[in-house]
Amino acid sequence: MLLDFEKPIADLEAKLAEMKQQLDVERNEDLRLAVRSFEDNILKLKRETFQNLTRWQRVQLSRHGDRPYTLDYIYSITTQFIELHGDRSVRDDQAMVGGLGTIDGQSVMFIGQQKGRNTKQRQQRNFGMANPEGYRKALRLMKMAEKFGKPVVTFIDTPGAFPGIEAEERGQGEAIARNLREMFMLKVPVICIIIGEGASGGALGIGIGDRVLMLENTWYSVISPESCSSILWRSWDYKEQAAEALKLTAHDMLHFGLIDGIVEEPLGGAHTDPVAMSRIIKNTIISQLTELSAIDPLVRIDQRIEKFSSMGIFQE
Amino acid sequence: MSWFTRKEKNIHTPTELKREAPDGLWYKCPECKKVMHTREHKSHAHTCIHCNHHEKIGSEEYFELLFDNNEFTELDTTMTSQDPLGFSDTKSYPDRIAATQKKTGLRDAVRTAHGKVNGMEIVAACMDFSFIGGSMGSVVGEKIARAVDHALRNRIPLLVISRSGGARMMEAGFSLMQMAKTSARLALLDQAGIPFVSLLTDPTTGGVSASYAMLGDFNIAEPGSMIGFAGPRVIRETIGKDLPKDFQSAEFVLDHGFLDFIVDRKDLKNKLFTLFSMLQ
Repeated sequence: MLLDFEKPIADLEAKLAEMKQQLDVERNEDLRLAVRSFEDNILKLKRETFQNLTRWQRVQLSRHGDRPYTLDYIYSITTQFIELHGDRSVRDDQAMVGGLGTIDGQSVMFIGQQKGRNTKQRQQRNFGMANPEGYRKALRLMKMAEKFGKPVVTFIDTPGAFPGIEAEERGQGEAIARNLREMFMLKVPVICIIIGEGASGGALGIGIGDRVLMLENTWYSVISPESCSSILWRSWDYKEQAAEALKLTAHDMLHFGLIDGIVEEPLGGAHTDPVAMSRIIKNTIISQLTELSAIDPLVRIDQRIEKFSSMGIFQE
Repeated sequence: MSWFTRKEKNIHTPTELKREAPDGLWYKCPECKKVMHTREHKSHAHTCIHCNHHEKIGSEEYFELLFDNNEFTELDTTMTSQDPLGFSDTKSYPDRIAATQKKTGLRDAVRTAHGKVNGMEIVAACMDFSFIGGSMGSVVGEKIARAVDHALRNRIPLLVISRSGGARMMEAGFSLMQMAKTSARLALLDQAGIPFVSLLTDPTTGGVSASYAMLGDFNIAEPGSMIGFAGPRVIRETIGKDLPKDFQSAEFVLDHGFLDFIVDRKDLKNKLFTLFSMLQ
């Protein structure tokens, strides 16, 4: 799958591969030089493209079909992982996954929304849109982590909490609200990383952390650009303008002080080098946990509350 | 040929001269279409004397209903919105705020106050739907948070009356984080063991229903209020099915276990007093 701005690069890369093949056969010095300068040009184009992405292009990257999802990251950064299921009340919501994993020798509770890669999986994962039982499962696992003194790491990647009849019947609003309140009081360190889409309350429902980080090509806002467009312009066609207006990228959110940091992606986006991306995420988690573990739990809770309490711009 | 011919065509009497009754003397219920005297409607806490339809009222009316002799101290009266994103749709956000302020006489979508209910001190926050759909931006979040702090400091019960379409899009990320901010302060109130009643009125949806409105020790609602996380249009479009009758009504939400009780507005003050007294 290629996005329009990935296309020119992919075309050149295909040509480069051809030239390299030819080089293998011919062993020609001129050709070798040509290949090298061609490689430099591609790198330059890549840098130019990815340094000047529009907000909408970053939204597109955040939804890229090849982008690693929560379980991809969990399995690649842990040496062992035991998935845990169910909210102990209704059922197991497969749009929200979680479990205990070992990273750098320590046990961590991982939680996150999970998307599917093909039609069947997407259905099974409900496109990463959790129902109330998903949020309650997440809370159950967080409380378990607290009980055993293990830190919590959440991976956020959702187009929103599921808007459905059963979701309303089982209290979608209440489930998210409760998570917000309870996450503030967790005595263990909490790190939240937006790895794809961070849509509104559905994202925030597992997003109260001592550190809230965004991967470089993700978005986090109160509404998706499409929904914003449909409300403001009564049509989905103005999603680019909506994305601009919402200022929803990692850079915007950091600039506003609404997140704590940006996790750089490999040039070309997380999907072009999942191994490198996982390594960066792993190192980030390890270093942040080291910092957070040194803080007294009650102080950590105070700082968490203080941080979110200071968010807001108004005049008196 | 008729006996009388009009000298000029059409009717020329201005509408205001034709009225028989002075403006505002009669109230017509939008639900049952029956007419009653405005004074009677008001004395019934702005509910219909025939069908009990609860009119959508604002903070001014609620404070008058709640506080003894309509006496209260309003908190944070001067707080107004800024435009952190430079947001503009058909109108720029600052222009929209200014126009709404002028039209409604309100500063933003919530007012907070400290006063007495049958002699008992409480803090109350009340949302105004007339202010950009009761949407929650930085001002709403901050004022609710401070109302919670006020309840904490003075160790008095908190009442929040919600009537809101959800988060304010024009403040994007900032409005989302107000859900977190208000929940953070409510966590502290919860820990301190100070009672919090959340009254949900018509409508309470979106980010407000997924934060403070659903975090009461007691979640109560006015009859017939529309309460839900996602709007009915979004749900219908997502699942491609018609929605059941009375879906997302207060009665539906009560039935599914997310409300403690439904309260008739006429009983609100006394019921609140009884409830808070029982906790003392």
